[in-house]
Amino acid sequence: MLIIKDLRASIEGKEILKGVNLTVRPGEVHAIMGPNGSGKSTLSNVLTGHPAYTVTGGEVTFGGKDLLALSPEDRAHEGLFLSFQYPVEIPGVSMVNFMRAAINEKRKYFDQEPLSASDFLKLMREKRAVVELDNKLASRSVNEGFSGGEKKRNEIFQMAMLEPKLSILDETDSGLDIDALRIVASGVNKLKSEENATIVITHYQRLLDYIKPDFVHVLYKGRIVMSAGPELALELEEKGYDWIKAQVDGE
Amino acid sequence: MNALQQYIDLFKDNRSTIENGAPAVLNAQRDAALKALETVRLPRKGSEDYEATDLEAVFAPDYGMNLTRIAFSGDAAESFRCDVPNMSTCLYMCFNDSIVAGPNAVRNAGGVVVETFAQAAANHPGVLARYGSLASLDDPTVALNTLLAQDGLLVYVPRGVVAERPIQLVNIFNTTQPLMAVRRILVVLEQGAQARMLVCDHTQNKDVDYLASQVVEIIAAEDSVFDYYDLEESSPATHRVSSIYAQQAAGSNVLIDGITLTNGFTRNNYRISVDGEHAETTLLGMTIAGDKQHVDTHTLISHNVGNCHSNEMFKYVLGDQAVGAFAGKILVKEGCPRVEAYQGNRNLCASPEARMYTKPQLEIYTDDVKCSHGTTIGQLDQEALYYMRTRGISADEARRLLMQAFMADVIDGVRLEMLRDRLHHLVEKRFNGTLAACSSCQEACKGLRG
Repeated sequence: MLIIKDLRASIEGKEILKGVNLTVRPGEVHAIMGPNGSGKSTLSNVLTGHPAYTVTGGEVTFGGKDLLALSPEDRAHEGLFLSFQYPVEIPGVSMVNFMRAAINEKRKYFDQEPLSASDFLKLMREKRAVVELDNKLASRSVNEGFSGGEKKRNEIFQMAMLEPKLSILDETDSGLDIDALRIVASGVNKLKSEENATIVITHYQRLLDYIKPDFVHVLYKGRIVMSAGPELALELEEKGYDWIKAQVDGE
Repeated sequence: MNALQQYIDLFKDNRSTIENGAPAVLNAQRDAALKALETVRLPRKGSEDYEATDLEAVFAPDYGMNLTRIAFSGDAAESFRCDVPNMSTCLYMCFNDSIVAGPNAVRNAGGVVVETFAQAAANHPGVLARYGSLASLDDPTVALNTLLAQDGLLVYVPRGVVAERPIQLVNIFNTTQPLMAVRRILVVLEQGAQARMLVCDHTQNKDVDYLASQVVEIIAAEDSVFDYYDLEESSPATHRVSSIYAQQAAGSNVLIDGITLTNGFTRNNYRISVDGEHAETTLLGMTIAGDKQHVDTHTLISHNVGNCHSNEMFKYVLGDQAVGAFAGKILVKEGCPRVEAYQGNRNLCASPEARMYTKPQLEIYTDDVKCSHGTTIGQLDQEALYYMRTRGISADEARRLLMQAFMADVIDGVRLEMLRDRLHHLVEKRFNGTLAACSSCQEACKGLRG
């Protein structure tokens, strides 16, 4: 589904990703962990096409297509979704208008008619239940005045609406209390299927208790320096990153 | 060059024609207007209060005037489709410079008077006598309007009367030759009276050059409530110089909202004099301009007493090579405690060549007041754009949604529900380039779309 080969990217002339390799197949859950500043968020931004980052080398194919050649909106239409670490507030744009535009542009991309108003509202209602998102939030401006937990729930709600093939959850656990974490994680698990895949970017093992990964990767200094099964996350929780740093820096 | 001279000569050569049939109260002001004009020039670009606007150039062409008052006729229903439907208004049409009652005009009950100055001279001379009591001849464009005005519309709401239906005046330019129209409105609200008014400017013949000189006077007595909405949807060849004066007595509540969706050149002056305590003033404005549209706003809210409240907000979205200007002054005179006055001017430049000039000013001579002003000029929020694009919303659509969102609060300030709903729709159409009024100038919206 997703094949990343030797991906290099920089921002303002500074190279952050220095040759990332990763393959994700349908049905898999991958966790990417790593110390601060290792390039985790850069990786998700480069995959979704943030204009501030420049790809300086390597290639990414997604569903057989050259991902890096697509605009951010076309990447979304092809089934890529990023749950933001810091969801953006958009005053004056209601959640309803925002979601309607997103859904209908995707339909247009696939030569489908726009959703009728009643079908759209029905879909909203249905998907809101996945993350127990209050109807009041759905009628407000996008993320404006939402609490940290509400913003993250709203991200998963959007994911439920858009039904992506590959979801990247960037630090979705940050700023969540234990109840919100459970709701968000259960939402993610409800949306999981044999056809879609998830990349979970996190600092902590905690989230991985709820969203069980098949693979755990450690990103350090812009490269994936270690990959293993879910037991690696537990080991990191216990021992921290220093032993990996020492190993890599010693090479 | 002195553009005023041609108008002064025109007046001197045709004074009897101009005065013939015009109400005496209009004629009585002409000597003073002439005197004021003989010693001044129209401001050029760069002069005080005209940093971005050249009025001399606007008035220089010979537009031609309808001095002999040939009645312009038009089948209103045929030629004009109102952009604010479903609103049952007391409708008047002004074809170029001739006012007639609109089709299906629904009159207000309870003694609300809407009539031409010519009618008012016979029916309500005492009210019409207040013509010119606010407009200042120190402004050469107002003096010129006063020198040449031959008719206008009087709105008179007697004491305690609430005008249930909004009063609507639709100004329409539609001639085969260039024309200058001199338009005038006088609004008199007696104590406790309430009314709402919508004035729409349209240009139907988009190939012809026009100049509209408009002066509006609003006299709001104690505890009266008045809304004045000014919706401009004209053409690239239409020039407009408008001055709105309002005087507020104690406890009055006045809202003035100036909206420009399409135009050529516009200068809007607002002069509000708050003369009574516990008066409330709301001054709003919204400009969406592309192509080479020019919109210049100049405001003065003068707090002449204490314990009153004013709120001012003007927003601009500029694309292509559009030029916007805003200069606003809030004046709190000496001995006016507990005044609250807020001014904001927020602007989006959506293209690299669009220009915005802004000058906020507070002049305060009393200590115990709460006043603020804030001005911003910026581009669209790049992070918000990116966020929307990751959800599959195209860059164009995302920009449009953000620009609409930017205008949302000024639209929500409209207290006339039908108009508010319609404005959300019109603004959406304006941003996606399908506004009917600019169907002949699709290109004008390109910068705002892309």
